[in-house]
Amino acid sequence: MTTTPVKTVTLTIDGQQVTVPEGTLVIRAAEQIGVQIPRFCDHPLLTPVGACRQCLVDITDAGNGRGFPKPQASCTIPAADGMIVYTQNDKAAKAQAGIMEFLLLNHPLDCPVCDKGGECPLQNQAMSNGYTETRALPPEQGESGYIKRTFPKPIPVSPNILLDRERCVSCARCTRFADQIPGDKGLVLIERGGQQQVGTADDEPFSSYFSGNVIQICPVGALTSAEYRFRARPFDLVSTPSVAEHDACGAAIRVDHRHGTVMRRLAGNDPLVNEEWITDKDRFAFQYLLSEHRLRYPMIREDGELRPASWVEAFSVAAAGLRASGAVGVLPGGRGTLEDQRAYAFLARKVLGTDDIDFRSRPLSAEETAFLLKHVDGAPPPVTYADLEAASVVVIAGLEPEDEAGTIFLRLRKANRETGLKIVALSPFTTWGLQKMGAEVVRTAPGDEAAAIAALDLPEGAVVLAGERLATSPGALTAVSELVEKSGAKLGWVPRRAGDRGAVRARCIPQTGGRDADQIIAATNAGEIDTLVIGGVDPDDTSDPAAFRTALRQARFVISLELRETDVTRSADVVFPVAPVTEKAGTFVTWESRERIFPQIIERPGSLSDAEVLTRLVEVWESTPDALPSSADSSRTMPSRHESAETTNSGVGVIRDESASFVTSRRFRLATWKLMLDNGVMQEGDKALAATARPAVARVSQAVFERVGPTVTITGDRGSVTLPAEVADIDDDVVWVPANSFGKGVLASLASPGSKVDVEGAGV
Amino acid sequence: MPDTLTPVLTANWADERSWTLDAYTRRGGYAALDKAFAMSPDDVIELVKASGLRGRGGAGFPTGTKWSFIPQDNPRPKYLVVNADESEPGTCKDIPMMMATPHTLIEGVIIASYAIRSHTAFIYVRGEVLHVIRRLQNAVREAYAAGHLGQNIHGTGYDLDLVVHAGAGAYICGEETALLDSLEGYRGQPRLRPPFPAVAGLYASPTVVNNAESIASVPSIVNNGAAWFASMGTESEKGKSAGFGIFSLSGHVKRPGQYEAPLGITLRELIDLAGGIREGHELKFWTPGGSSTPIFTAAQLDTPLDFESVAAAGSMLGTRALQIFDDTTCVVRAVLRWTEFYAHESCGKCTPCREGTGWMVQVLQHLEAGTGREQDLALLLDQCDNILGKAFCALGDGATSPVTSSIQYFRAEYLAHLTNGGCPFDPAASTLFGAVPA
Repeated sequence: MTTTPVKTVTLTIDGQQVTVPEGTLVIRAAEQIGVQIPRFCDHPLLTPVGACRQCLVDITDAGNGRGFPKPQASCTIPAADGMIVYTQNDKAAKAQAGIMEFLLLNHPLDCPVCDKGGECPLQNQAMSNGYTETRALPPEQGESGYIKRTFPKPIPVSPNILLDRERCVSCARCTRFADQIPGDKGLVLIERGGQQQVGTADDEPFSSYFSGNVIQICPVGALTSAEYRFRARPFDLVSTPSVAEHDACGAAIRVDHRHGTVMRRLAGNDPLVNEEWITDKDRFAFQYLLSEHRLRYPMIREDGELRPASWVEAFSVAAAGLRASGAVGVLPGGRGTLEDQRAYAFLARKVLGTDDIDFRSRPLSAEETAFLLKHVDGAPPPVTYADLEAASVVVIAGLEPEDEAGTIFLRLRKANRETGLKIVALSPFTTWGLQKMGAEVVRTAPGDEAAAIAALDLPEGAVVLAGERLATSPGALTAVSELVEKSGAKLGWVPRRAGDRGAVRARCIPQTGGRDADQIIAATNAGEIDTLVIGGVDPDDTSDPAAFRTALRQARFVISLELRETDVTRSADVVFPVAPVTEKAGTFVTWESRERIFPQIIERPGSLSDAEVLTRLVEVWESTPDALPSSADSSRTMPSRHESAETTNSGVGVIRDESASFVTSRRFRLATWKLMLDNGVMQEGDKALAATARPAVARVSQAVFERVGPTVTITGDRGSVTLPAEVADIDDDVVWVPANSFGKGVLASLASPGSKVDVEGAGV
Repeated sequence: MPDTLTPVLTANWADERSWTLDAYTRRGGYAALDKAFAMSPDDVIELVKASGLRGRGGAGFPTGTKWSFIPQDNPRPKYLVVNADESEPGTCKDIPMMMATPHTLIEGVIIASYAIRSHTAFIYVRGEVLHVIRRLQNAVREAYAAGHLGQNIHGTGYDLDLVVHAGAGAYICGEETALLDSLEGYRGQPRLRPPFPAVAGLYASPTVVNNAESIASVPSIVNNGAAWFASMGTESEKGKSAGFGIFSLSGHVKRPGQYEAPLGITLRELIDLAGGIREGHELKFWTPGGSSTPIFTAAQLDTPLDFESVAAAGSMLGTRALQIFDDTTCVVRAVLRWTEFYAHESCGKCTPCREGTGWMVQVLQHLEAGTGREQDLALLLDQCDNILGKAFCALGDGATSPVTSSIQYFRAEYLAHLTNGGCPFDPAASTLFGAVPA
């Protein structure tokens, strides 16, 4: 890293000299020498407002030989050379105590029943900087009693956030956050004077993918989480730093747990990655860890039925199955840690001796395979969040950052707001997220990405962010490759899942001519592969869910490593329950290539990571070469499996023929991606979070909307769906739908990748 | 010493339909405009600087100096915003001025805009005074029709558009940065400074915000010269209060109204001009510049009403809103009403003003009702200490003025409420209808 010399100023705070970069606020400078000035409205990542007045200090010399007659708000005054500041002399202490008294005047003082009690800046600073006795006695204790301001409480500002206006100190952190950080301006201060309060538009909840951050930055208990409310006290919780597992961004989080149960998750503070913000998915979507659907014990198939088994039995059955196998395909999925992925790769290459391994559980292409091997874990230095901010221009393709990579969205929006970073986005229409990032949209219909990328002319210092969805657009990744070679731009590949990038590093991808995931499925259905080892793969995420399910039945032997019961576990011969992120230590490699190591948070006996399961499996395989337990007579179960597979096999073929015949007649190209909050299984269990998801709508052009009306039926080769329509600046022959917000998702119940669909008015 | 009264702004108020363009032109109106156009903009600024005109909205900042702060190398448009959000209790100078002679203000706006090289100006008028807004709008329409506004004014090539904007009735919008927020369409709450409006004001562009009376004074300065203006007023080693101003007398005087006089006139002279205190009563206390300025008593009758002398006597000249209270008035009652006003008008942005004013109201209510305690006076003074200088803007400071000054002069009267078990005054006696026996 290059360091440019920073102009500094030296000032004296409470008798101690400190040198800080020019422009540093006095309150920040004081932090440098360990002086904590009390504050509420101040937040280092929000613009100063100077509203609460709690941080008043006495500045006896402003650096020009003259002092301020009045105490000054240290959160709004930049440090100056020669400045002399007293934060605790009589003048400052009196001002701070006076403000604290005003803040507590109308506060309900209900700390014993307040979620914030125990971690409350108001509580703490009232102790450190306030008076011990109140001068505003309630009426019954004296003639001149004080009657407090009251409000009905709590009121919801959104399904997952409740507002207690009596506790609010009007610091405007939440409203500034909404306005400045995600740009979702639905939370504002309304009314005036003593009646000033946080509010939303009438009947219009505060809607933001990042809304939970306001709960965390609220310096009092005014904003509380609907889900966490009254569930724990901060001092009863154990906090462990960790990394969010819902996307490839690597946001730092803090997991608060009690008696082995996760109670809540908070944003961690990592200036290099997520600063202090996380998405609502990272914050609230953890009920899946606790769900009763979690697998608790291994299972093996016996007489066509799965039954519980001991670990020892399950390992030996699995080892025997593998030993008896012909060709094996390994599908690790994208949720594992780097360690897990390395174990899958070891199993495939070193133990099974196959290159038929692919972590991708989504539409993919051979072009992408080559791209990943060449660009993603190769020589060029990785792109970082800091690179995004410093870029001359950032090009986004095949990626909707607000939905698919929330931390990238926030960082790009910040850079655009603060330094005017130019962002060019290839997108089928101008999304709300791209608007908030100030992106210039190059309107690109699905399939046209390669041409649009080739047409770009980038200046020096550009960064190109290629989303994993580019794999579905023929030629697009090749065009990206050529663009970065031609322009010298830095390239970042942004996948969706937390383990994807690590899987590339672990080479869970065919690299010596092996089969990719789609080919593994096809080969299984063709009888060329008879055994599958499958990690966290949801068939409905894959390019052909029906073919995947057929392969599950067609395979002679299936080993599943899963968190929860799924279609894969239901079809497997051996099922190993694996540890979720909270129950194992590991490393996620983020889209930046940053290794995010996280510790085990909860000790649960018998909760093994994928890597541990695979290691044990290999050990058993190597130590008992010929043992074949009688209880797992796979030869007995196999024939029936083949029979069932054969009966449906022809059915699959019919579906394919049908799709081929319809392709030519259908006219609309289908654009789709997953919304941040949708029907994903890892979001199950939090109703409040689910209620904040954006509704499933189809986006069509004005002309199409006028023809088909407000409700449309979209029909593709795999089914049809009826959705409300909304107008977007989208091509007349393109329709956009969310990928997993209705039915079983686009791939399972609407259309195959790259195919066309029909759009018709549903006529109510 | 010039005459006691110096009618300049008020000279034409008694004319037939004085507010029309015809009436204004007959008096020589819009002649200053051509004089100004004959000068360079910088010379106009120098002229106003030389006149010694200081802001008539209360703070008394030199007007010409303010204009010279506008960075002319800034590529953004420059704006002139006239603060006519006259809302201070007792203040009633701009509203009658705009009613009687809106064209004086408009002519001033054109000259000031020309000086700072602005092509769009705004007059932000208090929302409740619909009659004034209509009259201003009509006058602006007349001025456009006569070629005083719009494109190529008087053939000089100078363009100016003038917008009359109605506020929504918030006292805080008289604070210049809150006014700008309100004008931009946001909630009126004061902004953090710096940046100052001269650098980043309206729409983040260089902006001059001037009081209506300041701007209305400009045509007379252009017409008569800086020396003429500077010949009026007072000068001491502490500074100079040049020119004339409208003194608004209200309350217990025989002829309340606007009296235009050189700065430095005393209340004693003004009360004489107003026919004296109500029959049979004596002056008890008064505000020199609206309710936000610490009150005076008869002891300050001879204090020259200029910026320096009033400050030296412990108050502020403010808006020369002289509210006169005679001996029938309960000072606790008056202060409570004012404090209720501040609590109601607090914008809510900062803690001391939002919470402190409301608390003071409750304490004062108890004191007035006789249910307070003696230590409440100390509490009130300490509340004021915790607000004064700690609030975000001057509204909070202003709210403490009546409380601290009234306790300073009338502590005994506060205490009398406690020993008397309530207010010892007949509230009806202080009213006009109560003074007349039924």
